[in-house]
Amino acid sequence: MSKLGTLGARLHRGEIGYDFVGKRKIWYGISILITITAILGLTVRGLNMGIEFQGGAVFTTPKHMSVSVTQAETYAQDASGHDAIVQKLGDGSLRVQIAGIDTDKSDQIKETLSKDLKVDSEKINADLVGPSWGDQIANKAWEGLAIFMVLVVIYLAIAFEWRMAVAALVALIHDITITVGIYALVGFEVTPGTVIGLLTILGYSLYDTVVVFDSLKEQTKDITKQTRYTYSDVADRSINSTLVRSINTTVVALLPVAGLLFIGGGVLGAGMLNDISLSLFVGLAAGAYSSIFIATPLVADLKEREPQMKALRKRVLAKRAQAAATGESLQSRVSEESYDDEPEDAAPAVVGPRNQPASRSRGRGRPSGKRR
Amino acid sequence: MPWPPARSPGARRPEREYEKVAAPKKGRSASAQSRPGRSLALILIAIAALTGGMFVSGHPTPRLGIDLAGGTSITLTAKNEPGQPNAINKTNMDTAVDIMNRRVNGLGVSEAEVQTQGSDNIIVNIPKGTNSKQAREQVGTTAKLYFRPVLATQASGSDASASPSPSASSSSSGNANDKASSSSSPSSSATPSATATSQGRAVTDALKADSTPSASSSASASPSSSASPSPSGSVDPATAKLQAAYAALDCTDKAVRAKTGEGVKPTDPTVACGKNSSGQWQKYVLGPAEVSGTDIKKAAAVFDTQSAAGWKVTMDFTSSGSKKFADITGKLAKNQTPQNQFAIVLDGEVVSDPYVNQALTGGNAEISGSFSQTEAQDLANMLKYGALPLTFKESSVTTVTAALGGEQLHAGLIAGAIGLGLVVIYLVIYYRGLSMIAIPSLLVSGALTYVLMALLGPTIGFALNLPAVCGAIVAIGITADSFIVFFERIRDEIREGRSLRPAVERAWPRARRTILVSDFVSFLAAAVLFIVTVGKVQGFAFTLGLTTLLDVVVVFLFTKPLMTILARRKFFASGHSWSGLDPKRLGAKPPLRRTRRPSAPVDTKEA
Repeated sequence: MSKLGTLGARLHRGEIGYDFVGKRKIWYGISILITITAILGLTVRGLNMGIEFQGGAVFTTPKHMSVSVTQAETYAQDASGHDAIVQKLGDGSLRVQIAGIDTDKSDQIKETLSKDLKVDSEKINADLVGPSWGDQIANKAWEGLAIFMVLVVIYLAIAFEWRMAVAALVALIHDITITVGIYALVGFEVTPGTVIGLLTILGYSLYDTVVVFDSLKEQTKDITKQTRYTYSDVADRSINSTLVRSINTTVVALLPVAGLLFIGGGVLGAGMLNDISLSLFVGLAAGAYSSIFIATPLVADLKEREPQMKALRKRVLAKRAQAAATGESLQSRVSEESYDDEPEDAAPAVVGPRNQPASRSRGRGRPSGKRR
Repeated sequence: MPWPPARSPGARRPEREYEKVAAPKKGRSASAQSRPGRSLALILIAIAALTGGMFVSGHPTPRLGIDLAGGTSITLTAKNEPGQPNAINKTNMDTAVDIMNRRVNGLGVSEAEVQTQGSDNIIVNIPKGTNSKQAREQVGTTAKLYFRPVLATQASGSDASASPSPSASSSSSGNANDKASSSSSPSSSATPSATATSQGRAVTDALKADSTPSASSSASASPSSSASPSPSGSVDPATAKLQAAYAALDCTDKAVRAKTGEGVKPTDPTVACGKNSSGQWQKYVLGPAEVSGTDIKKAAAVFDTQSAAGWKVTMDFTSSGSKKFADITGKLAKNQTPQNQFAIVLDGEVVSDPYVNQALTGGNAEISGSFSQTEAQDLANMLKYGALPLTFKESSVTTVTAALGGEQLHAGLIAGAIGLGLVVIYLVIYYRGLSMIAIPSLLVSGALTYVLMALLGPTIGFALNLPAVCGAIVAIGITADSFIVFFERIRDEIREGRSLRPAVERAWPRARRTILVSDFVSFLAAAVLFIVTVGKVQGFAFTLGLTTLLDVVVVFLFTKPLMTILARRKFFASGHSWSGLDPKRLGAKPPLRRTRRPSAPVDTKEA
């Protein structure tokens, strides 16, 4: 445990610094590759839509059925006149899926089935879905997704700036594409539970991104007033400094989801819990990845195109060249140093009086300090 | 902020500056120091009060949804009738919900609940233990409202047991008359209908005396009204059967009532029950439906100020409805009572039986009588439902047995416990002493969530379903994250060499901002999902939103004050190695830093 603690501390001190922004091209490449794979999977294989989206019925019998799967399949096909898929769940109950039947006919099928299987029909769980219901859920979910994206872009553009909003949006779309792609490739069944999980990723992925951006905003507040670091350097430091939090957050978020997945998959066999937690698990992992490797480097990229930032970069590079020439060795690892004062400035409530000396000192050399 | 103020050359200055920094903090910390106790007390009182309220309200557990408690949940989606594109609106949906409530609870189903969801769905939840099939049939079919001519009627059941003797009839005269009159003529005096006041039920009773002795006499009654829409043959088996059914009908028996009129086609005559204005059950023989509910364009309860006749119900008919209504009233007006009455039958039950004095041709009509306001409004609503240009289609039907429901609840709770356990273990390992703050915070958050869920059951009809349980479990992560943000900030400050108390006060504003910003995004997601989506997604979004809000409350009112208080403890303040705030462990090592930056000239600046 102390290992974990020191690892965290080392991360924090910048002793484990990773040049996220500098190596962004690699990560962009990887992400693009994954995205292409996901899209290919989606177009070639398509999603395995659950019964809820096609319309049909799912009957679940009580535990400990003696009837075999094939027998039950025959019964179900006879009763419905449609193809039926029967699964035996962990606790010995049978799950009978019949696609394409109307809700009106399902009662009759249930009766016949209960007679064949010799179970009281009131003891059979039935989930009957009209063909348009799944569409309705899916459409509403897309609608929700669209509205949410618009609102969040507006919010981020106001709270931060449009570049961050764009980057967050890209990261979000990236997460959703990856999750959906994995569903297509692995062939997991898509149910309303999956949709719920997917929609939660929205909040979570952004939640993570927002925390990194928050620190980035703090640290870049007065970036143009110094010449030591380019925007990318600072962005890199932001990621590194929030890395500990990002890891902790992801772990803490994944732990309950893992609990759900374990219970949903292991104990219940199938169902809502499992569906939600599976898509959450995939999405959360993608979300943590994207806020670190995609969103922030993207912001840095966008920012570096600003004339102001270009000028800054020129100044910084010039200064570094000069420093190198005069032999005054700068630390090789830029990210190890803190470009510091800014964070404090960003917390005006506390630091009011501190600001002045801080900004005065900024131009000259390295103020010491605080690492974010 | 540099760190070793005491050791570096410029030490004095930072010190001073530190004081400057501390100065504004003083006001702050003064308030913060008086505040932590107060905030803690506040939130504990709030929890106690809410818990008390929970027990007082008699709902110590959250209401469980169908998927956890067992039962049947039916989702009906409204569809516009052709030619009525804008019929799906709140008023129509609410009327539909009213009527469905009436139907389901008419089954004797206890606690069945009917509510709208989204803009065009109605959810009917029927708890376990009831005949789900019957309930489904009830809500699945479109409501049937018909106007049928009355062929015969009499009081029914034990209350009316004395009625076969003609002498018992005189009691209910006078007050009980419903009548239909045309409102097309502006002055009420012009309608002759105003004259015949003392009829209605009183006359009905008189007839009942006639019809009781034998079923045959009322059988003769129906063919006798020559122009009436009586069944085809005069004395065919169907009529005889009808008479037998009529004679046997006991309207005071709820089960019998529920079965009455089941499966009867609108074009066939039928028997039906209804309550008369004195609250007694009355039974009827009714002719084939002449006008159906869809012929009504609108209906309203109005207070008649002109003739001081009290509350009445007005109806407007569609063009084809006007014609049909004119025809039937024309025919009925020629008849004797009770055959000049028509019965308004909703789902096999007579809700009103006004009589007619003349053909009503204006395309509108009113039913007047001694209505109370509620009676008039109820009747108008029922008439409206017939006029609802909506049909409902079953979108999904979920039947969960109590066994499976219990299992799912169990699984959800275990998953939650495992999730919580893992998070607690992680927090203890990583944050050590700080988990003494994190864990109670999680518990407070959990307690608040539970209590609010229990309270929201009776107040806004919140029901805990499986997705909601998932939402709550996922929210453990969000809640814990707030502590992580806060703790990491504190650790940052400590790494810079601050002692714990200033570190806490300095870390808080920044952590607060981060927490608010990120929680806002999370809440936004939940709110959008809740408003836009339907079905299971909504339950999930609700819990997620609720727990996100609670997270903010808990962090502000519990975690921060607790941190402030504990920061005064020696265990934390001295950076005990198990406190999670040990400066050494956190890497606040001044010598290391100095060697790393030998050339830093101004690093003494405190800020």
